[in-house]
Amino acid sequence: MALEKQRFDTLILGAGGAGLNAALQLANANLKVAVVSKVFPTRSHTVAAQGGVNAALANVLPDNWHWHMFDTVKGSDYLGDQDAIEYMCREAIPTVYELEHSGVPFSRLDNGKIYQRAFGGQSQNFGGDQAARTCAAADRTGHAILHTLYQQNIRAKTHFFDEYFAVDLIQDQEGIILGALVLDIATGEPLLIEAKTTLLATGGCGQVFRTTSNAHINTGDGKAMILRAGLPLMDMEFFQFHPTGIAGKGMLITEGVRGEGGYLINKDGERFMEKYAPNAKDLASRDVVARSIVTEVREGRGCGPEADHVMLKVNHLDEAVIAKRLPGIRESSKIFAGVDPVKDPIPVFPTAHYVMGGIPTDRFGRVMPTSDDDGDHLPGLYAAGECACASVHGANRLGGNSLLDILVFGRLAGKSIIDYVRDNPSHRPLDEANVEWAMGRLGRWDNKGDGITVSDLRKEFRKTMEDHAGVFRVEEMMREGVEKVRAIREKLADVRLTDHSSTFNTNRTEALELENMIDVGLSIATSALHRKESRGAHSRPDYPKRDDAEWMKHTLYWQEGDKLDYKGVRSQPLTVESFPPKERVY
Amino acid sequence: MKFSVYRYNPETDNEPYMQAFEVEARQGMMLRDALMAIQEQDESFTFRHSCGEGVCGSDGVNVNGSNKLACITPLSELKETVEVRPFPGRPVIRDLVVDMSQFYAQYKQVDPWLIRKEPLPEQEILQSPEERDKLDGLYECIMCGCCSTACPSFWWNPDKFLGPQALLSACRFLADSRDQASEERLNSLEGPYKLFRCHTIMNCVEACPKGLNPTKAIGHIKEIMLKDAI
Repeated sequence: MALEKQRFDTLILGAGGAGLNAALQLANANLKVAVVSKVFPTRSHTVAAQGGVNAALANVLPDNWHWHMFDTVKGSDYLGDQDAIEYMCREAIPTVYELEHSGVPFSRLDNGKIYQRAFGGQSQNFGGDQAARTCAAADRTGHAILHTLYQQNIRAKTHFFDEYFAVDLIQDQEGIILGALVLDIATGEPLLIEAKTTLLATGGCGQVFRTTSNAHINTGDGKAMILRAGLPLMDMEFFQFHPTGIAGKGMLITEGVRGEGGYLINKDGERFMEKYAPNAKDLASRDVVARSIVTEVREGRGCGPEADHVMLKVNHLDEAVIAKRLPGIRESSKIFAGVDPVKDPIPVFPTAHYVMGGIPTDRFGRVMPTSDDDGDHLPGLYAAGECACASVHGANRLGGNSLLDILVFGRLAGKSIIDYVRDNPSHRPLDEANVEWAMGRLGRWDNKGDGITVSDLRKEFRKTMEDHAGVFRVEEMMREGVEKVRAIREKLADVRLTDHSSTFNTNRTEALELENMIDVGLSIATSALHRKESRGAHSRPDYPKRDDAEWMKHTLYWQEGDKLDYKGVRSQPLTVESFPPKERVY
Repeated sequence: MKFSVYRYNPETDNEPYMQAFEVEARQGMMLRDALMAIQEQDESFTFRHSCGEGVCGSDGVNVNGSNKLACITPLSELKETVEVRPFPGRPVIRDLVVDMSQFYAQYKQVDPWLIRKEPLPEQEILQSPEERDKLDGLYECIMCGCCSTACPSFWWNPDKFLGPQALLSACRFLADSRDQASEERLNSLEGPYKLFRCHTIMNCVEACPKGLNPTKAIGHIKEIMLKDAI
């Protein structure tokens, strides 16, 4: 049977905040846009973001975008690109107002303005007093934003391919991306979507670690597609472990809990963050707090029978504050930790949460294919959100900057695409050989016989990543990790499915996801092994200092030959002076 | 722990059947964990799930006769043998996966987006905390479908009666001080079916995993209509 083909101006892979905000710009401009999502759009993981989105609205305390920019550069441990950061922090303000106008039910202050709470790493006046910059809809901000964006896309009549799985990008001989091969999960039928422009907005890859706040769907599909298309991923060694996951489970307890006045204690009841971050204490940057928790546990001051976690104390707060500002957290704590935070502290431990690295883009969302500092972008290919790396988060992302990233760069990618399609109105001819290659990747899973199961290899892989690429990393441990993940990659060839039916075959989609996770996992392990310094979330006891002379540069990883290269940090902002690297204390 | 799970693959089965599984129940385990363990035993078993914490709304199933989200349903609360079926009243695609397109179509019917007629301000549209409070209990819906697929009125008239989820969404926009299309929204709900097929059976309230109350929202819409009529 001939492969069905459909043509669009733009193909967007992923229907989280970045994909939907881009789609909205495009649909409003009357472009023919297809949004492909492996889940119904409101199931995308943006829905789980809790605390809020940063914008210097100054509704609660004095603020301006320049302070926000300083905090973000410092938070990035000086690995973020300052032109992109300036842009994001400036655009934050109109972006949040636009969201509010679209219907997001933000919590409110008495004067009717949007409620803003304190979050980690925020300061007034370039490192002064704590700021309150995070715009919140109770502790369900991601849900509120994702549903609103979906609703606006219904209004704009965006074309959705719900429950379609993207298998691979299709490219021509010159490397130009012509669309993607996708799979209708319900029927098992492949479909070729040809597009003049393609935007990857496939989100994160937290599932590569065993304990994670990320959803089952966060398997790094877009990142892996980029690798297989011969393009690089940037700064993949920088993976954020959120300090407060529910111990042993990984579900997220928002930083907003500490923003509202909660704090961490060890088994002696000691408020230990005072030792590690005397000024910011519990609202130090996430990498700092996560390391402090792991250190407490390693030094024998953990709580519980296994002494393997610490406690997040909230019960000194007024019950009314918890009910109003943190209702979702109260619910989650009761369900998953068996604890009502109004009465008892919540057992917490760091959980794999967010990857700072991703598909390298410029600040217009255009994919940058080389390590050349003055290199050009790849025409027609875009990426935004957690799958991309603009790079605004550098070595460590601040809480409240991820919703901001997806919204600002999703919107901007949409606008860049509108310009591109105006100037390049025709489709390029398909490369049939490349389509066959992608079909072959799909067809491989029809092989029958005995072999390893998807779930067995997945377990082995996720455990390996957790053991060898976690919060603290030393040379030997990482070298072993890379070897193990390479061996796991070899084993993929021996994986067999027992289910070969066409209808809603999750066995097959999970096999495709496992391939993606392993490709991405190897980029993390390899990039981490070679960065011989400690910066942001990449913490090496064997190289405890940040080394700006040697390592203030971005890592690029290519799949072929597991090759690495480096490129400079863009330290020059758009209109203001550069923030030079300083020692990072909180 | 013993499970009896609904199985149906249209490619191989003439009709659905129940299959027995046994899963070792651990402390704190949720129904989703058990379904994943069953999937490890039999890779051909299919169900939707994602976030694992009750916010994405993917894994609604019918368990021991009630609609629930598998990821926030503790095994300790379930009576053995645990009977797991797809949502009632929806066409089954395979195993626990049902076709929800009618449910989504009804949601789209209520124009579920904020409508402003006045020009937009440069900053936020102001809303007092009291006005914002009116959205609580309405905006938190995760569209899992537990309510509408538990509703007899929706089973009988899924194409004409909007169902509790869509009506809760309609109420969410009617309750929003920023929305300026109340009249159109109310007019579009007129007639014997869309809204008025609700017979306050209240299955939706019992089924909602987020503790929302669609029956109350429907009652609230009726009240506004009545006030407007007088």
